[in-house]
Amino acid sequence: MTSSISVMVVAVFLASLVEMVEALTIVVAVGATRGWRSAFEGVAAALGLLAVTVAIAGPALARVPLTGLRLVVGGFLLIFGMQWLRKSILRSAGLKARHDEDVIYAETVASLQGSAVNRDSVGFVTSFKGVFLEGIEVVVTVITLGGSTHRLGVASLAALAALLLVVVVGAVVAKQLSRVPENAMKMTVGLMLMAYGSFWIGEGLGVHWPHGDVTLLEFVALYALATAEATSWLRRHPLKVAA
Amino acid sequence: MKILRSLGRFLWDFLIGDTPELFLGGIFTIVVAWITQSNVPTASPVIIPLAVAGVMATSLWRARRP
Repeated sequence: MTSSISVMVVAVFLASLVEMVEALTIVVAVGATRGWRSAFEGVAAALGLLAVTVAIAGPALARVPLTGLRLVVGGFLLIFGMQWLRKSILRSAGLKARHDEDVIYAETVASLQGSAVNRDSVGFVTSFKGVFLEGIEVVVTVITLGGSTHRLGVASLAALAALLLVVVVGAVVAKQLSRVPENAMKMTVGLMLMAYGSFWIGEGLGVHWPHGDVTLLEFVALYALATAEATSWLRRHPLKVAA
Repeated sequence: MKILRSLGRFLWDFLIGDTPELFLGGIFTIVVAWITQSNVPTASPVIIPLAVAGVMATSLWRARRP
């Protein structure tokens, strides 16, 4: 294997790893808080659409305007993140009952519909979008780097190796997460979705982040501090019952 | 027609629900970020999280009202 191909393989592996870890973060978070069924259905749907897209569009995907896609997906993730975090803060501050009305609603609807099963559309869509967007980026990386060295097969194998590693890590992480309290988990998910949303909106608009991808962690820390402060303030000023 | 109505209701509940201020806040954040990026790009990394924090604070404040 020549050095240029070795570099390409490492680059594809690492780039794919980064994108897949981002997708894994979203899927695990959705699975732990909204249910694994909807999370896996979102993953399956995204992978299916991804496969169809690759089959139809092929190398043309390298020209997909990722910036526009990031802006739209970032906007949605930000809105979902704020919705989740708002509920968690209100529950943590004692302004909202600590139960999941979405689950109760879904169970009620399912029981009324007889054969219907519990499906969480928020979990499904969030998981779907996370996997699809990151998947598109992996495909573009593989096609761009693999195509430029005429080693698409090798590049695909490097991406596959990254996928296997991420799946193993995901299985371990998911088990650990099941022991974390529900509201704390939802709060964390809300923070992460907001961080990703903020970051991708900026990426979509061409913002230059001074600290690159580390900005994501900075956003999580910043929003976590603001959340702690807001929760504390609401506990000290419990004026009315929240909506 | 019925399918369109159902789809519209689903999207409304999904994106807006009982917190329309968060949906509008998301759009507000994008618009503010776009204006900032067009005029003072170096301020965008600061303005974006501030806009998000402002939207969240507004929503939490709204949740306390009678």
